[in-house]
Amino acid sequence: MTTPKTVTSLDWESHPPYLHEAYRSTVLRAPRRRLVPLPQSLSELTGPVFGYDDLQPLDDDLTQNAVKNAAPLGERIIVVGRVLDDSERPVPNALVEVWQANAAGRYAHHVDQHPAPLDPNFTGAGRCLTNANGEYRFVSIRPGAYPWRNHDNAWRPAHIHFSIFGTNFLSRLVTQMYFPGDPLLPLDPIFNGVPDERARNRLIASYAHDITQPEWALGFRFDIVLAGSQITPFESHA
Amino acid sequence: MHKQTPSQTVGPFYSIGMIRSAQNDLTNERTLGQRIIVRGRVLDGEGDAVTDAVVEVWQADSRGIYNHPDDPRHEQADPNFRGYGRVGTTMEQPEFTFKTIKPGSVAVEGEPRQAPHLNVHVFARGMLVHATTRIYFSDESDNQTDPVLGALESERRATLIAAHVESPDLPTYRFDIHLQGEQETVFFDP
Repeated sequence: MTTPKTVTSLDWESHPPYLHEAYRSTVLRAPRRRLVPLPQSLSELTGPVFGYDDLQPLDDDLTQNAVKNAAPLGERIIVVGRVLDDSERPVPNALVEVWQANAAGRYAHHVDQHPAPLDPNFTGAGRCLTNANGEYRFVSIRPGAYPWRNHDNAWRPAHIHFSIFGTNFLSRLVTQMYFPGDPLLPLDPIFNGVPDERARNRLIASYAHDITQPEWALGFRFDIVLAGSQITPFESHA
Repeated sequence: MHKQTPSQTVGPFYSIGMIRSAQNDLTNERTLGQRIIVRGRVLDGEGDAVTDAVVEVWQADSRGIYNHPDDPRHEQADPNFRGYGRVGTTMEQPEFTFKTIKPGSVAVEGEPRQAPHLNVHVFARGMLVHATTRIYFSDESDNQTDPVLGALESERRATLIAAHVESPDLPTYRFDIHLQGEQETVFFDP
């Protein structure tokens, strides 16, 4: 079939391959056969639509949305950014969901056995919708690094998981945001699963002094660029 | 052009952010269409069930209309059907189960008619990028002329077709997703 693509596909120069042996769990879970090209149809060019009915108050403030008796422990942060498509257009009304470990590097999840303390006032879950300019904002706690069993003395660099729904099903993205200057980044097989250094570095937030609030919290900026933007006829013939 | 943000794995703890409440019943009491159950497992290269995967589905309503502004007929879309669901697999519950409605064939001007199907993303610990596939149904005559199925060799085509299985409950279809191996599911690059 030669149906022309009308929106941009996943750019495999930016994304990691399925198989990255240094990240051991990929070995039995990576599809091995060549992906089958899919003509873009209405099935790919549409996707779920979310709205404010899907949100609860405080969903975007992880320092408040699980408080039982006190503020959660740790370094308060503000994370802002824009969700864009790869034609540089902002994506409004994108549902952005985040989850993360607490300041001690422990997830509020029964499978997490890391012997670091749980924080009764922090579950590490947030969500919001981008505004008309594609902007999102979360208040949270800087997550801690934590050990995992991929290799000897393996530690994940501090990160926040992001799940984003763009304008269509093809633009779906799940990723992780890292912090600048983290000495664990060069050692992490998940971060380094992205072969292209410039692409990898797009996963690192930048410190944003304009977002930092005096006497209160440090600011970080993390812009997210999705697949699935309209291809103009000019671009598709280029 | 901006360069895309790379994908990363959902990791083992995605339920904190992605599955805060059950989202595997896509229907409410007013949704139009035949209720069905779709269930299955996500299997790794050794045939073991992956117990920390997320399966998400996006589908048209019972008349083949997507509840999205880019569907030319979206104003007639069933207001009681968003068409999106997701569910995680766990040690306790290694099968995924969706209750939904059988979608209609998707027929819009300028595109070949597509047989009823669910559009699927699979995420898991150990998957740096999600996988994209489709679930078709074994009892649909439109499968014979579907352009996506028609472009596949018959042996591989079978990996996209959910089998109708006997059930005392609603009509039930079984669809296992094989990430690797002899029966590796067809995964797409859309």
